[in-house]
Amino acid sequence: MLLYTLQRLLQSVAVLFAVSIAVFLAVYSVGNPVDLLINPEATQAERAAMISKMGLDRPVWAQYLTFLGNALQGDMGVSFVHGIPALELIFSRMPATFELVVLALLLASVVGIPIGLWVGLRDGSRGARAVMTGSILGYSIPSFWKGMVLILVFAVWLNWLPASGRGDTVSLLGVPFSFLTLDGLSHLAMPVINLAIPNLALMIRLTAAGASEAVHQDYVLFARAKGVRSKRIVRRHILRNILIPIITVLGVEFGALIAFSTITETVFAWPGMGKLLITSIYQLDRPVVVAYVMLITFIFVVVNLLVDFAYAALDPRVKLVESM
Amino acid sequence: MTQDSKPTPVLDVRGLQTVFHDAKGAWPAVDGIDLALYPGEVLGLVGESGSGKSVAGFSIMGLIDPPGEIIAGEVLFRGEDLRAKSEEELRRIRGIALAMIFQNPLSTLNPVLRIGEQMTEVLSEHGHDDPEAAQRLAVESLRKVGIPAPEERIYQYPHELSGGMRQRVAIAIALLGDPAVIIADEPTTALDVTIQGQIIAELQKLQADSGAGMIWISHDLGVVAELADHIAVMYAGNIVEMGPTDAVLDHPRHPYTLGLLASVPGDADPGAPLRQVPGNAPPLSRRPLGCPFHPRCEFASDICRREMPPRATDDVGRSYLCHHPVSQRAAP
Repeated sequence: MLLYTLQRLLQSVAVLFAVSIAVFLAVYSVGNPVDLLINPEATQAERAAMISKMGLDRPVWAQYLTFLGNALQGDMGVSFVHGIPALELIFSRMPATFELVVLALLLASVVGIPIGLWVGLRDGSRGARAVMTGSILGYSIPSFWKGMVLILVFAVWLNWLPASGRGDTVSLLGVPFSFLTLDGLSHLAMPVINLAIPNLALMIRLTAAGASEAVHQDYVLFARAKGVRSKRIVRRHILRNILIPIITVLGVEFGALIAFSTITETVFAWPGMGKLLITSIYQLDRPVVVAYVMLITFIFVVVNLLVDFAYAALDPRVKLVESM
Repeated sequence: MTQDSKPTPVLDVRGLQTVFHDAKGAWPAVDGIDLALYPGEVLGLVGESGSGKSVAGFSIMGLIDPPGEIIAGEVLFRGEDLRAKSEEELRRIRGIALAMIFQNPLSTLNPVLRIGEQMTEVLSEHGHDDPEAAQRLAVESLRKVGIPAPEERIYQYPHELSGGMRQRVAIAIALLGDPAVIIADEPTTALDVTIQGQIIAELQKLQADSGAGMIWISHDLGVVAELADHIAVMYAGNIVEMGPTDAVLDHPRHPYTLGLLASVPGDADPGAPLRQVPGNAPPLSRRPLGCPFHPRCEFASDICRREMPPRATDDVGRSYLCHHPVSQRAAP
């Protein structure tokens, strides 16, 4: 187990290394930040001084090596635009995104798994088919459009919910959160729902598929022959088995939402990491973009490792064995 | 065991009919069967695949799901009709008084739950609320079926046990509630031959000790011959012949029983081609008119194609469904 964890962590270092090269080259080829950052009225000498101060006069491989050397010491560079360390900037935006993503996934599972069970155990009934059809819709509608419709209905027409921002926040362990105030919750409602809908659809479909398959398994029939109550059969025998794929998908979706809540954050002007990424790309703020991608890669690697652990905990047949 | 000294049957099935619905109608998988099982007795229910023997077992348990439906008959268990009971009343009987063992031990146990939990839940779901006592009973039951180190097994998962061991666990689960009737649906078919013998011997001994009645469903006449006090031969949803084991095996009256007996390899002369019952059992939706066996029967006549034969009985307590029963002398 320990060896397995170590091996996985070593693999993740290799992944991070590969990603760093790719993202560095990609950012380098997008455009020259100098044109955006330096006052157009600056003299040629001032320009040259700025460029050399930022290290942009050196060849790309030399810039990369400097970046790599600093990164190994935990320094991901300083934002061109904000003048503060890129990681610090990202971390300051992270709680807002985390809050959004965790609440969205919570909503999707708490609502989606019971509905999925209901559908799966009533396979083929009219209500079940209606839910399954609706879930395709929920999964397919693009989130920018859905977000705009939500704003149109609940903010513009009904005037029930605020259309943008985080609202009042409360500091918890020094980190500001919105979900602890009523105003914050009203600001959270629409972005969370917008982010949750495709995952809700996914949870319903995944749970329904698992349940309708599990219900015909011998062990369920045997449990009935043992005189076990149907409530317990569903909760203990069926749910326990279908939780395995659900946890896997939830893990992957967590990583994906952290990385790609960008659209929802943009539509609702939510001051999270995704919004920061978009602004940084527009402003060619290279250190922030590179640090962001590296951080997301790291989160993905960690989440996948956690999913593997959860897998082994849920399914006794799974043993985490290091490869030779 | 003679017919006269018998008490009332613990399980008395009368006219049980189970159909499967599809777009074209309802097809009988079990077509009005009568069975009587006495305490301490083994009834062998024999037939080919598709004869309806497993459906009959599940119908007695009340475990028929749509598109299947039990449409007629009585299942008198200790004098009470199970078909008249609510699902909750049935549930209370299942697993305790009326237990079942399934065919495939590899799929019967839940892969993600410990053996102990899968055993003790039988007790806890029937009002037994002392977890430690339940644990002790589970260990004891595992020991009874010959599982070594049962105190450790209850903490293991099914995949850590062999197929034979898992079937022993299933048997231990069935025995937990000290059932009056055990329905064993081909419990050794999925096992190695050597393990098969052990399990049969074990189950036979346990059943005799407990005094439970047992219905042993099998396609293997050889196995049933060793075990059963009575044999019922099923064909196309009907019990075509039923009676004391010796009478049915030594002097079968139904041509199908005769055919089955002739196709048991052990009884054939070495080197001689094995006899078979020609053709296949008809599918549910294409059961022929008249006697369902007539297309495969060497004795079939016009009346067999028109009319279902009436049930006939003879003086050894046997009944059969045939217009042209095999005469006693013609038996092998």
